[in-house]
Amino acid sequence: MSPAIKLIAQRIALGLLLLFLVSILIFVGTLILPGDVAQSILGQSATPEALANLRRDLGLNDPAFTRYINWLTGIFHGDLGTALTSGQDIATAIGSRMSNTLFLAFWAAVISVPLAILLGLTAVRYKDRWPDKLISAVTLASISVPEFMIGYIIMYFIGVKLRWFPSVAMINDSMSLGEKLSAVAMPVMVLTLVVLAHMMRMTRAAILNVMQSPYIETAELKGLNSFMVIFRHAFPNSVAPIVNVVMLNMAYLVVGVVVIEVVFTYPGMGQYLVDHVSKRDVPVVQACGLIFAAVYIVLNMVADIVSILSNPRLRHPK
Amino acid sequence: MNDKLNYYASRVIAGMMSRREFMGRAAALGVTATAATGLMTSKARAEGPKQGGTIRVGLSGGGSTDSLDPALAANQTSAIVQRMWGEPLVDLSNDGLEMRLAESITSSPDAKTWTFKIREGVEFSNGKPLTAEDVMATMERHSGEESKSGALGIMRGIKSMKTEGMNFIVELDQANADLPYLMGDYHLVIQPDGGKDDPTAAIGTGSYILKDHEMGVRFVFEKNPNRWDSGRGFADTVEIIVINDDTARVAALQSGQVDMIGRVPPRTASLVARAPNITVNSKSGPGHYVFIMHCDTAPFDNNDVRMALKYGINRQEMVDKVLFGYGSVGNDTPINASYPLYTEFTQREYDPDKAAFHFKKSGYDGPILLRTSDNSFPGAPDASALFQQSLAQAGIKLEIKREPNDGYWSEVWNAKPFCTSYWGGRPVQDQMFSTAYLSTADWNDTRFKNEKFDQLLFAARGELDEAKRKQMYADMGMILRDEGGLILPMFNDFIDGVSDRVAGYAETPGYELMDYLAPVKMWVVG
Repeated sequence: MSPAIKLIAQRIALGLLLLFLVSILIFVGTLILPGDVAQSILGQSATPEALANLRRDLGLNDPAFTRYINWLTGIFHGDLGTALTSGQDIATAIGSRMSNTLFLAFWAAVISVPLAILLGLTAVRYKDRWPDKLISAVTLASISVPEFMIGYIIMYFIGVKLRWFPSVAMINDSMSLGEKLSAVAMPVMVLTLVVLAHMMRMTRAAILNVMQSPYIETAELKGLNSFMVIFRHAFPNSVAPIVNVVMLNMAYLVVGVVVIEVVFTYPGMGQYLVDHVSKRDVPVVQACGLIFAAVYIVLNMVADIVSILSNPRLRHPK
Repeated sequence: MNDKLNYYASRVIAGMMSRREFMGRAAALGVTATAATGLMTSKARAEGPKQGGTIRVGLSGGGSTDSLDPALAANQTSAIVQRMWGEPLVDLSNDGLEMRLAESITSSPDAKTWTFKIREGVEFSNGKPLTAEDVMATMERHSGEESKSGALGIMRGIKSMKTEGMNFIVELDQANADLPYLMGDYHLVIQPDGGKDDPTAAIGTGSYILKDHEMGVRFVFEKNPNRWDSGRGFADTVEIIVINDDTARVAALQSGQVDMIGRVPPRTASLVARAPNITVNSKSGPGHYVFIMHCDTAPFDNNDVRMALKYGINRQEMVDKVLFGYGSVGNDTPINASYPLYTEFTQREYDPDKAAFHFKKSGYDGPILLRTSDNSFPGAPDASALFQQSLAQAGIKLEIKREPNDGYWSEVWNAKPFCTSYWGGRPVQDQMFSTAYLSTADWNDTRFKNEKFDQLLFAARGELDEAKRKQMYADMGMILRDEGGLILPMFNDFIDGVSDRVAGYAETPGYELMDYLAPVKMWVVG
């Protein structure tokens, strides 16, 4: 067996083990949350009878270990359970929310990843000259401003003043792709600004690192123009760290956009999770937690596998 | 002046002001009777309700955890959604009650037996005719032992219910002259067979039919072709969008994505009102923000400590700085002018000397611990800091403990001896008092136990003479004000934002957005 395949198998096994440990962590975490589910569902205006009735209906009287085992076996059968508060099937509800989140993350990634890499390459090409400094200054400024602030600024100028795009990014199934894209335009802009700097700086640093190597000098001596040198010779050798940071940011686009979803009223996973955390709807919180953890673990695993495969010594063992 | 007259005229047309009152007000503005009548007629022609179009509403409070079951409604979005498709027996109106599904209400002289005559010829949106049995089934579902209904407290005093033809008859344990008002509670919308088959079916007698919905996100309604009252429900389609973020909600109104919003944040209300196409309507309501002390826990078991704290709060400053003027000062009783039988008391003012006097007299000299959180009411931590400052001038040390929003209602409120909280208020005194100030009340969050107060409360329930009842409520208010564990610095206004694309807004008693009926009672003009 080639060392690459062995390494990849190890990574996948490690990922699964991690996911299992995370499931325990999530379950224990939700147990020690303060407050009582029934009280949170019924709010301030709950009578003691109503509380007792609800607690019994929700099965909150079973021991924790039994509930964990039931939950875990359910997940292996693809059953995430039903929401305590609304009685809906969690898998169906999450399905539509998840597809919204992925829709937003997809378009944000489609724009931000190529843009970040292109800007990174450009920054290297004009290192320490004004384009490099301008790119760094703008992207660092945009990552330093809190994202809700960028959201409000964009909403005020583009949504309220210019009225180019709707300020409420509400999408539903009856909309055409064009309408959906117009609805998510502003959140995509904000997300792009938020993730751009990290990926662009990493691309720049990783490429500059290999630019010192003798083979770059050779390429320059062959007479290639400097952009081709960077793109053909430097970039492939710095793919591993770039993919790492790209994956990290993609994971962020999926699991970390709660604030943007709230600001633009986007019906995604983050909003859904927050609603259920505040109502102590434990099964939903657990399911969301597990899915978010899985997204992180899978994307990081992909990053690892890409860097393994991009290493010629592992692909072609002696 | 013209604007004022136009406004009055539109109120008459919307049925919110009598013609007689209009003429009087017009005369006060120096307009002759003929001119005033002429103006009103042309106004009616020009501004009568228009059919058609779409009204879009931006609301807060909704979440994906909500249910369509009216019994479980506990926020602004749920309440407005169910008032779109469903109706209770009565609605609040400017002169008492408007009969809806009840055609008339009569009671026995002792106010223990109530007969509601149910309107004939009304159909549910599924085509089934409305019967008295449906009404009874609805009340049963909200009152059963198993019920999780928000209206359970209201239903508890009912001994038995029965139907006779189209009459729905309620027998009470104890006399209650307010029962008709209580039947207007927004949870008690009448469902076919009481919603026992499917409480979340959203089938009712309202002006609209729920077409499409995603909880906590969006609700689409279409006009109910079968509605019994053509005086409501003008727009063809109503779309309700949940926008919980304050800034986003205001931006949606400003950018024309929605035509009306609830809960304009007081901080920015005056800025929003500057936009030419937006009107900000604020209205005083029964809702109030409170600091509550447990009367049975030291040091608050000493009435002098309670009095010291009541004198040590600067109410006007709180209204100005926490509510930004969108509210009115409180007087340590939960009743204000929005209640039917209200009596005004002398306003308790900020008086550091009296506060110091009472504090000294109490014999307690340690610090006072106040717990607060962001969600106990908007601006609660700021209000607590103001309280701390005003008490410091009286030489009283207030320590503030910030609690997390999570679990505040189960761990702090009604559990810890001194904390910040809010009440949405109730339509009538009896309900407010018996919810929170009766010795045996579930939510007696001030642990206030006063025999005389309880006796008055029970006596007032059976008193049909309004003058006597009014006096009883005044006495009870006084007891609460001088002995209660409640520090009530301010009543918060409801602040709605409405764009000029819709018309028909009028002041109503009850809750915000025309007692939750703005989408049903307003129409599209632009």
